[in-house]
Amino acid sequence: MPTTNPNLHEEAHNKRRTLMERSRAGRTGVALPACDVPPQIMPDASMLRGDLELPEITEGEVVRYFTYLSQLNFSVDTNFYPLGSCTMKYNPRINEAVAALPGFAMAHPLQSERQSQGTLEAFFTLQERLREVTGMASTSLTPLAGAHGELAGVLTIRAALDARGQSQRRKMLIPDTAHGTNPASAAMAGFDVVSVPSDPNGNIDIEALRAQATGDLAGVMFTQPTTLGLFDRNAIEMCNIVHEAGGLVYGDGANMNALLGRVKLGEIGFDVVHMNLHKTFSTPHGGGGPGAGPICVTEEISPFLPGPVVEKHEDETYHSVMPARSIGRMGGYQGNFGVLIRALTYITLLGGEGMLEISGNAVLNANYLLAKLRSVFELPYDRSVMHEVVFSAKRRKGASALDVSKRLLDHGFHAPTMYFPLVVAEALMIEPTETESKETLDSFIEMLFAIDAEAAEDEAFLHGAPYNTPVSRMDEARAARQPHLRWEPTESVAD
Amino acid sequence: MSDLPFASPYVPNTDEDRAAMLAAVGATSIGDLFADIPVEFRHPELRIPAPMSEMELRQEMERLASRNFHAGTHSSFLGAGVYNHYCPAVIPPLVTRGEFLTSYTPYQPEVSQGTLQATFEFQTMTAQIFGMEVSNAGMYDGASAFAEAALMACRITKLARVALVSTVNPHYSEAVRSYARPQEIEVYTIEPNATELLPGTAAVLAQNPNFFGYIEDLQRLSDMAHAAGALFCLSADPVAAAMLKAPGAYNADIATGEGQALGVPMSFGGPYVGIFTCRKKYIRQLPGRIVGQTVDTKGRLGYVLTLQPREQHIRREHATSNICTSTALIGLWVTMYTALMGKRGMRHVAELCYQKAHYAAARIAKLPNYNLALEGTFFQEFVVRCPLPPAEVNRRLEERGIIGGLDVSGFIENGMLFCVTEVNSREQIEALAAALEGIE
Repeated sequence: MPTTNPNLHEEAHNKRRTLMERSRAGRTGVALPACDVPPQIMPDASMLRGDLELPEITEGEVVRYFTYLSQLNFSVDTNFYPLGSCTMKYNPRINEAVAALPGFAMAHPLQSERQSQGTLEAFFTLQERLREVTGMASTSLTPLAGAHGELAGVLTIRAALDARGQSQRRKMLIPDTAHGTNPASAAMAGFDVVSVPSDPNGNIDIEALRAQATGDLAGVMFTQPTTLGLFDRNAIEMCNIVHEAGGLVYGDGANMNALLGRVKLGEIGFDVVHMNLHKTFSTPHGGGGPGAGPICVTEEISPFLPGPVVEKHEDETYHSVMPARSIGRMGGYQGNFGVLIRALTYITLLGGEGMLEISGNAVLNANYLLAKLRSVFELPYDRSVMHEVVFSAKRRKGASALDVSKRLLDHGFHAPTMYFPLVVAEALMIEPTETESKETLDSFIEMLFAIDAEAAEDEAFLHGAPYNTPVSRMDEARAARQPHLRWEPTESVAD
Repeated sequence: MSDLPFASPYVPNTDEDRAAMLAAVGATSIGDLFADIPVEFRHPELRIPAPMSEMELRQEMERLASRNFHAGTHSSFLGAGVYNHYCPAVIPPLVTRGEFLTSYTPYQPEVSQGTLQATFEFQTMTAQIFGMEVSNAGMYDGASAFAEAALMACRITKLARVALVSTVNPHYSEAVRSYARPQEIEVYTIEPNATELLPGTAAVLAQNPNFFGYIEDLQRLSDMAHAAGALFCLSADPVAAAMLKAPGAYNADIATGEGQALGVPMSFGGPYVGIFTCRKKYIRQLPGRIVGQTVDTKGRLGYVLTLQPREQHIRREHATSNICTSTALIGLWVTMYTALMGKRGMRHVAELCYQKAHYAAARIAKLPNYNLALEGTFFQEFVVRCPLPPAEVNRRLEERGIIGGLDVSGFIENGMLFCVTEVNSREQIEALAAALEGIE
C-alpha cells in the first residue's frame, strides 16, 4: 500500500477505508431465507471452495459508505459538466422509472417471442426511430456501447466488401481528428489504418484523401460533426470519392446531438452510422457506462447486420431474426434493452419537435460560448460550430489546458475534455448541451475570465490547482509504476 | 382552456434567452447556425410522432411492459446464462444516486473519487470471488468478455488459434467467433474429454458450470492447456464460484464471467457487466479500464485510471481493445450486492440454488416419461428429456402461469434446460412437477 501520512490525514483516511477494511466477522448485510427443501447430497469436497473472503458488513454501513463515495463525485445532477464529445446532458427520471417497470426489468432475454411482445415492440419502434433520424434502411440495436457499435459497423463493411468479391480492400482511412476508438475498432476488424490529415479549415484534406483512393481502399471512418465541433464541409465530396473508388463510408455518430432533424447522414452518402444513445438520447453515463451503440445501415449492408433484429409481421406480431448474412452476435443477447428503453422513452416524450429543440439549443449554446470566450482563448478554426467548441489554451503561456481545467474544478465546474483532438495544441473541448441555461453558461464564462486573470497574476498558483476538491492532483506515475489494483488479502485489517 | 405549445421540460432557454444569445453570436435565427449543411440536405422531413406528455408516455410504456411475461408474474425456470436472483431493496436507490448515475468515466480523478474507489472495490470483489490475482474495471457482458479473453490469450502467446470446449454457451461461442474471425484467429471445437490440442493453440476456452449446468473436469482441461503451452481461459458463474472451486483454483490464466448473476435485473439481456480477471503478470495485456491506488500531492490516498497506455485513446490502432464506455454502473451494482451478501450470504445463496435445483431435478426425474439427460455434477441447471418437444411443453406450462426452461432440443433430443435459484420456492417447484406430470 502506498505510504500515507496517518497523523495528517487520519480522519480522511479512515473515511476512505475499503469494504474489506470495514469488515468485521459476524456482521451481515441481508436477511437471508432458509432452505425450504429437504437437504440434498452436496458435491464431493474436492469440488468445493473453502477460501471465500468477502466483506462482513451491515446494510446501514453499506449505505453510509457508498453515499459518502457518491459525494466525492461531480455529476450532471450536481455540476455543469461541459466535457466535450461526451454530451453530458440532463438525464430525465421518467427514463429510469420506465426501465424499472417489472415487465421490462424482470423479463428474461430467452423467453419465447410470444412471451416478449412488449419488449420486441419497443425494439421495433426504436429501430424505426433511429432509422428515420439517420435516413437509413435498417437498424441493429445489439451493440452494447459506442465503440462496440463502431466494431460492428466496420465488420458489416468488411462483410459487404467480401460479398462484392472485394476482399483485397483492407485499407481504412481515418482522419487525424478521430476518437481513438476509431482506429482501435478498425484494427480489431482486421483493417490496416491510414491516417488522413485535416485541411486548414478543419475539414478533411480532400487531396490527401483522393491520394488514398486506391484499389485496396475499404472505406473511411468519419465523425460528423467532427471532434473539432465542425460540420465538415468536405464530407459530401469525401463520400463521392470513396464510393467511386469502391469503398464504403462509416459514420461515427458520437456527435449526433447537433444533427437531430437538421440533416440525415444517410442522405449525404454515409453507408453505416452508429449512435451513442448514452449521449444523444440521454441515457445516463453511470460513471463509464452502460451505453448502447446501435448501428443504422443502407439497403446493401442490411443483410450483414449483427443480430438479432426485430421484424413486424402483418398480423401485428413482432419477431427476432438473424439477418440473412449476419456478421453474428456481438454479445450475449439482444443489446442493452435497459438502455434502449430509456432512449425510446426520451424520443417518445420529445417527439419530432423535441429533436429540433435539442439540436437547435445545443448548437446555440456552443456558439454562445464561442462568441463569449474567444477573447480568452485562441480559436484554431474561426467558424461557426455545431454542438461543441474547441479552443486552445496556448495563448497564455504558463497556464496550460490542464491548469485551467483543474482550476475550474475548484469552482464546481467539471473540466472540458483536455488535449483532444490531438491536432489542436493545448486543446479545451467544451460541449454545453441543450439542457444548460444561459445563467449557467454565463457563470462558466465569468469563471474562465477570472481564471485567466489569476493566470496573468500568479501562474504558479494555477499549477497547484485544484485546492477545494476531495484530493489534489494524483501521482499517476506511481499508480502505473507500482500497480495496486485491489485490496490484498495479506494486508492487516486496520482497526 | 387553450392548447399549450410544445415546450421541452429539459431545455431551459427561453425565447428571450435565445434572442440575446443569437445577438451575441451574430446570427438572426437558429437555422442560420446550420449554414454549413448544404441547403438541399438541410432540415429534411423528420417522421417522428408528436411529443407526448409524461403521463401519457408512462401509460404507453406500462402498456408495453404489461405485454411481457416476466419473473414477477410467473414462476420462471429459465436461466441459460441469465439468472433471476433476489436483489436487496437497498441497491436500486443507492446505485441510482445522481452522483453515480450521471457522472462520466472518471477522467478527472480529483472530482471522481467516488466512482474510482467503487471501481477499485469492484476489482477486489471480482478477484476475490474468482480467486484470481487481478481484475479490470469490467467489460460489456459475459459473452464479450469471453471473446476478449480469446484475443488477449492470442496476444500473450503470439498465436492465432484457440480451442473452444463444445459445452460452452452457444451465444458465447458465437461472440468468440465474431471477434476472432476478422483477426484471422482460428476457433476450433474440442470435446470436454479431449486429450490433445492442435499445435499452436493459444488457449483452451471452457465454461463453469457449462451451458447445460454441469461441472467439467476442469483440472484436466487446465493441465492439458498448460502442457501444450496454451493458456486456460474459464468463463465462470460468480454465484456458483462462491460455493464451487473458483477459477483460480484450477490455475486459470484468464477468468471471465457474467456479472448479471450478482443481483442485476435481467432486463431482457442488458445492461450487464462482464467480469474480467487474470494473472498479475498479464495486466499490461488487459483490455478495458483499470483503477489503481495512489496518493495525491499531499500524500492523501486516492485512486486513478491507470496503465492507460494499453488503451485506445492513447494507443489508437495498437490498443489492446477498442473498448471505451463499458458498464461501470452495473459494476457498482454487483459491488454493492457482493458487499451486502458478504462472505456468508454469497455462500448461502449458492447453496440454496444447489439444494433447490437438486430437489427439483429429483422430483422431475421421478415423473413417468421424464428423466435427466446428463450424468455428473450440476449446480443450478440440468437437462430434462421431455416426452414431447420442449416448445410444446413450454406452451402448456405457460397456461399454468409457468415460464419453463430453455429448449435445447438442438443438442439433446426433447431436451429442456431448467434453472432453479433461491427465488424459486418449494411451492413453485411442486407446481412445476405437477404441471409436467400432466403433460404427456
